[in-house]
Amino acid sequence: MSTPAFPRPLPRVEGDAAPFWKAVAAHRIELPRCTACGTLIFYPRTFCTRCHSREVRWEEISGAGRVYTFSVVHRATHPWFMDKTPYVYAIVELEAGVRLPTMLVGCATEDVSVGMPVEPVFERASDDVVLLHFRPRSA
Amino acid sequence: MTSISDRSRTLRGRAAVVGFAELPPSKQPGDRKPLDLISEVSAQAIADAGLRPQQIDGIVVCPAMMQYSMLWPSIVAEHIGLAPTYLEFVDLGGATSCAMIARAAAAVAEGRCETVLCVNGDTWDPKGMYLKPPPLVSPLRDFTLPYGAAGANGDYAMAARLHMDRYGTTSRQLAKIAADQRTSAQRNPIALFHGQPLTIDDVLASPVICDPLHKYEIVLPCSGAEAVVVTSEDRVKDLPHPPAWVLGFGEALEPDPFQRPDFLVTPTVESARRAFAMAGASPKDVTLAEIYDCYTSAVLIELEDAGFCAKGEGGPFVEAHDLTFAGDFPLNTHGGMLSFGQPGLGGGMTLVVEGVRQVMGRAGDRQVRRNDLAFVHGNGGTFTEECSLLLGRDR
Repeated sequence: MSTPAFPRPLPRVEGDAAPFWKAVAAHRIELPRCTACGTLIFYPRTFCTRCHSREVRWEEISGAGRVYTFSVVHRATHPWFMDKTPYVYAIVELEAGVRLPTMLVGCATEDVSVGMPVEPVFERASDDVVLLHFRPRSA
Repeated sequence: MTSISDRSRTLRGRAAVVGFAELPPSKQPGDRKPLDLISEVSAQAIADAGLRPQQIDGIVVCPAMMQYSMLWPSIVAEHIGLAPTYLEFVDLGGATSCAMIARAAAAVAEGRCETVLCVNGDTWDPKGMYLKPPPLVSPLRDFTLPYGAAGANGDYAMAARLHMDRYGTTSRQLAKIAADQRTSAQRNPIALFHGQPLTIDDVLASPVICDPLHKYEIVLPCSGAEAVVVTSEDRVKDLPHPPAWVLGFGEALEPDPFQRPDFLVTPTVESARRAFAMAGASPKDVTLAEIYDCYTSAVLIELEDAGFCAKGEGGPFVEAHDLTFAGDFPLNTHGGMLSFGQPGLGGGMTLVVEGVRQVMGRAGDRQVRRNDLAFVHGNGGTFTEECSLLLGRDR
């Protein structure tokens, strides 16, 4: 088997975002929340993007959410995804109040709609990395 | 204490665009480098302005994707033989070109220089982006690329999907933007799609790339170069062409489009508000618009946020108006980037050049009937960096 020319794009599990990816690997969603002003911070940083406090606390949040918007991708730009089409790239709005870019799985592309309730799927992408996908949930 | 609007009014009409040049766009990478295109188009623009190279004392450049380099402003100045007193590098994605003109006009008004060359040039190799990508360090990409984010296509498709879902906008309405622009492109011999008319039905019959966007709603990157010359109010009168006065500009950035309150309300609201406040004008005074058209959905949303129609009314607005150069709302009159091609990271410069050309009255057989006031707009990222520019025939 030949080595694929372009490896799957994966997040770097390092720096400010490392706790996020480690939590996802353990099938939990955790994000930093500012202890001064209460802002939930995405993408994860170790300071508050609203008030610039350095006091943040990681907390587990619910994966319940809804599709904010989406696109069925028929032609991918990154080579690794080219034979994965069609797939659904989406923004999911969590009840906790953040919107996450994600891939929607577990349903036919024509069944996806804005506002559709979703729940997390933890997708092992490599030995080290688990990705946070979503699938439909019964409301 | 004076407000920003009051203070910005002092910049109104202090500088004008007095010359321009544009190389034909090309889909062939060829063996010429961006610097080769930049030197050629710069010489043409300076000559068009009726000036000698020695009279250029300011230069504003932008990154060339295929010749990415530190020290770019001085490298470009050195290569084309300029010794400026003002050098600037602008890197705001699709907002770059409008922001280059804004900085040039402000530098002239401040007395830092007299005459500024603003130049964009880049080549395009379809393989280049993956073989030799320019460095881009964005932590957010760790949260998008692994999920199949399809360049910018996916984001602008998601904007279109949300607009359709919330406001009932249709694919036909979006397709009309591309079709009307293509009609204008038939009067532009150098447009990549000159000689290839396109109907709304043709757009809708083209392959869906990222649903709901079709192939002909998505811009085509290409090789190309454009340059304009901006000079002071004092020098304008001695030059061969009628000036396009820089009457207003404004820019705004709002990072991470998905965390702001509404994905469909963009910083164009603020950039346009500032431009109109500086100019002392309003959207109803605008007689032509050159609006960043990386996608049809970008044009629709920028039209709304700039104030040409209410939020959500973009679909009915484009349906109700003839958007061709001969129409009642001339939009992207050289074909827009959708029909002309998108040269380089600073691709918006072709829209700036067309706005200047129209305001100067030099657009030939695609000249709009009323060229009093052009609204030119650049949009970078995913509706994150926005810059608006107002160019007027009269000061």
